[in-house]
Amino acid sequence: MSIRHGILALLSQGPRYGYQLRAEFEASTGATWPLNIGQVYSTLARLERDGLVAKADADAEGRFVYRITPDGEEEVRRWFATPIAPADRPRDELAIKLAMAVTTPGVDVRAVVQTQRTATLRALRDLTRLKADAPPLPADAADASWRLVLESMIFQAEAEVRWLDHCEAFMTRLALERRPAAAQTGPEAEAARPDERPEVRR
Amino acid sequence: MNVLVMREVSRDHGTGPNVVHALRGVSLHVAPGEFVAVMGPSGSGKSTLLTLAGGLDTPTAGQVLVEGTDLGSLGTAARAALRRRSIGYVFQDYNLIPTLTAAENVMLPRELDGVRTRRARREALDALAEVGIGELADRFPEEMSGGQQQRVAIARALVGERRLVLADEPTGALDSRSGEEIMRLLRARCDAGAACLMVTHESRHAAWADRVVFLRDGVIVDSTGAPTGPESLLEDVR
Ligand SMILES: Nc1ncnc2c1ncn2[C@@H]1O[C@H](COP(=O)(O)OP(=O)(O)O)[C@@H](O)[C@H]1O
Ligand SMILES: [Mg+2]
Repeated sequence: MSIRHGILALLSQGPRYGYQLRAEFEASTGATWPLNIGQVYSTLARLERDGLVAKADADAEGRFVYRITPDGEEEVRRWFATPIAPADRPRDELAIKLAMAVTTPGVDVRAVVQTQRTATLRALRDLTRLKADAPPLPADAADASWRLVLESMIFQAEAEVRWLDHCEAFMTRLALERRPAAAQTGPEAEAARPDERPEVRR
Repeated sequence: MNVLVMREVSRDHGTGPNVVHALRGVSLHVAPGEFVAVMGPSGSGKSTLLTLAGGLDTPTAGQVLVEGTDLGSLGTAARAALRRRSIGYVFQDYNLIPTLTAAENVMLPRELDGVRTRRARREALDALAEVGIGELADRFPEEMSGGQQQRVAIARALVGERRLVLADEPTGALDSRSGEEIMRLLRARCDAGAACLMVTHESRHAAWADRVVFLRDGVIVDSTGAPTGPESLLEDVR
């Protein structure tokens, strides 16, 4: 998540105090990614160092107003215009875990899949409750952007469950093809050996 | 009292070497106001579970109770009457009668139950209004979109205050927007006190339920549990 670009985008709408940036960032994302004020100020310090943001003199209460520089404006334009490269996203720990489960002896892949599917469905249910409780139309721009963030998380959870379904189906098919003799004896033989784990050919 | 109780329910198809254990010793409770989703791979026994819960099929072993009545203790006629009174069924392909209007489709089970035409029509119009298509009451199924037809099917399942709603892939043929509207309707009915058991393969739709149970090879292998404490604790006591 780019806090840096989020803050720059907010400053492109006009000068703001640090605490304002934090509140607006959280309102736009429905507090999905809570920021502490320390993160805001350390990010602002780096943006200032890079010439993308300028700090005005302190006001009567000792608070600083930050404004975006022309270089900062250019950076925001570039950010919106550039797609996020796959390499810039964090590695998918779940995919790594499944890959390891398949190759590590003694790990029940179906159990790993099911445990994750249940947990992801719980998360999906909680996200769906947030959506169900919200009024049909967003009240303002911050509410609208929060809805989009919420939908993004719903789509991600849904995609994860679909991928897990696919993994399970794939492993089941693989297991059947590996055991032509067992396949002939029907579903009973399959059920009698719940612990048997198919091996993957490399 | 739970609206639906299934105790150690099994259903075998065929005999001898060809026997298929579609369901094996499944126990499940659905309380008033509760929305439960059933997920699982194709052939895992989801539809079997629903037809048994709805009294459309008889278990090989175990008990099915609807509002406290053991379906196995009833004769055919009594079971059909209880089904019409207490259970609403929603199918993937809607199952509307093409030669009847929306209102007539919704009225039909009530008239079969001896309710007078006037009152049945009144109820049907209310049910159609509740699912948001009051103005389509006199249309025939072929004059409606898939989402609208499914709303009629839901109105038919809900009319007459039926307390148990069973839905087998009710959003199967719908686009995602209509699918979500159907979920909102079922959710609202549960929030108003009905119990709902729904089969779906879409996690996006299962997420509208309070609880998701996973079937595999005729056995419940996992469950998300209910979102908040008290109700789910009560269930274990029963
Ligand atoms: N009438 C029947 N005769 C024989 N086998 C059946 C019958 N109905 C269902 N089955 C079998 O029972 C199992 C469960 O079926 P079903 O409940 O339809 O699964 P699902 O709805 O999860 O796809 C499957 O193996 C299916 O082939
Ligand atoms: Mg089915």
